[in-house]
Amino acid sequence: MPATTMSKAEREQGHARVFDLSEHSLRELNQALHKLAPGSNETAWEVLNPKGSHSVAVGVDQPVTIDVRGSVGYYCAGMNDGAAITVHGSAGPGVGENMMSGSIVIKGDASQYAGATGRGGLLVIEGNASSRCGISMKGIDIVVHGNIGHMSAFMAQSGNLVVLGDAGDALGDSIYEARLFVRGKVESLGADCIAKEMRPEHIELLQGLLDKAGVTGVKASEFKRYGSARKLYNFNIDNADAY
Amino acid sequence: MCGIVGLFLKDKALEPKLGAMLSEMLVSLSDRGPDSAGIAIYGAASGNEAKITVQSPKPERDFRGLDIELAKAIGAPVGVAVKSTHAVIRTTPDKVDAAREALQSLRPDIRIMGAGEAVEIYKEVGLPEAVVDRFDVRSMTGTHGIGHTRMATESAVTRMGAHPFSTGADQCLVHNGSLSNHNNVRRELIRDGMTFETENDTEVAAAYLSNRMAHGKNLGEALEGTLSDLDGFFTFVVGTKNGFGVVRDPIACKPAVMAETDQYVAFGSEYRALTKLPGIDNARVWEPEPATVYFWEH
Repeated sequence: MPATTMSKAEREQGHARVFDLSEHSLRELNQALHKLAPGSNETAWEVLNPKGSHSVAVGVDQPVTIDVRGSVGYYCAGMNDGAAITVHGSAGPGVGENMMSGSIVIKGDASQYAGATGRGGLLVIEGNASSRCGISMKGIDIVVHGNIGHMSAFMAQSGNLVVLGDAGDALGDSIYEARLFVRGKVESLGADCIAKEMRPEHIELLQGLLDKAGVTGVKASEFKRYGSARKLYNFNIDNADAY
Repeated sequence: MCGIVGLFLKDKALEPKLGAMLSEMLVSLSDRGPDSAGIAIYGAASGNEAKITVQSPKPERDFRGLDIELAKAIGAPVGVAVKSTHAVIRTTPDKVDAAREALQSLRPDIRIMGAGEAVEIYKEVGLPEAVVDRFDVRSMTGTHGIGHTRMATESAVTRMGAHPFSTGADQCLVHNGSLSNHNNVRRELIRDGMTFETENDTEVAAAYLSNRMAHGKNLGEALEGTLSDLDGFFTFVVGTKNGFGVVRDPIACKPAVMAETDQYVAFGSEYRALTKLPGIDNARVWEPEPATVYFWEH
């Protein structure tokens, strides 16, 4: 994925604070982001030359925009609480892990466990996500334009996972109350995950998510809904084989 | 953890830079494993010469006069090129087994890292930077190569526990993960005539592939077999005389990224390892699928 960069003039016009990771350390970047006080005027940030670095822009808790120009490694934008972070490239494992609020957009692909344990906010992956997408999600909304890998939404507790492409094996294994919407085919469903009826309130909810994620040309009615059969919430010896 | 890399060149113009490119890739993953590092480089096979890479705990003592003594013992010309603790012994292909046997009595402390027409293998305890410097890997030319930086989990931090493992002519393997049924598989392979140098789980995977290929399977088929016969976590990158393969176990929790252009196919545990390759910004970059065999051959 080519890293697009703005000209100097464009940056100055936009008042973005530019952080070049080939000149400054990752720690300097993250400490500068953590020092942001509420109401700071430094609302636009741009990160250059990430080159697969780990933990880029983790733990940001102010409503700033951050554009990362290039691909990142592990744990990008983890614990995000309010920032709008865009990665103009692909992301390694654990992008947006435990997000609280705000938004993360990945222009390329995301590796395993994207959005894991996320409690809020919106994670958009414009390419594919690999295995364990949305594992143990607890309120986050995840929209994937492409496909997702196996064991996605494992033990997902709440929130919504929307997939425009296909889902891999064992989707929603041991799921609680998260809602899964898949437009393509599902390789297989995990234990206690079943297809469910798309009622008007689900169409409305899904359309809202598609709009928020900037998805056009796709109708909510093209998706199938999956969720919990609620048979494994409490241990019952008769269900021992299903665990 | 561990970090693994692989590079298979399609463009001959890059061959003089193989060692430098592969070294750069491996060094970038140093923080994935500081215990030991190793690299296997495949040079052009001439067909009338075999190479045996050996290692000695006392190189000055063991390598002195070795060419003359070994040549006399096997009755064929022998060349010895020393690189730090390792040496590459060159002789005629039909004398490799004789040379292995002769080495056991002439230099009992010498360990064989690997042998074949194309491969040279260098591995030592220490960081990748120190290992590639020690063996001057950056200056090496070749068609393809694999590398490993180790964070030990299943066996001791020793030179012999470092990767790549080579268990057949021009075959070698690097591994990120851990196998849980390696003792059983090792016993079965020993019954089928394979021999082992260590207690290491990865050596079992390498020997499994060598054994399958000795039974007539090609690299792709042998890799396919790992999915049903090996239990545990693995991402394997494998080299043969003219090929390069990748496979991940069905759970696929060990990371992997691949890139392909008209010039090369590259593998890295992380994207970081690929960022300095030529044309990477326009390469096809993807995560290899679980339980799926990928291989390329010249």
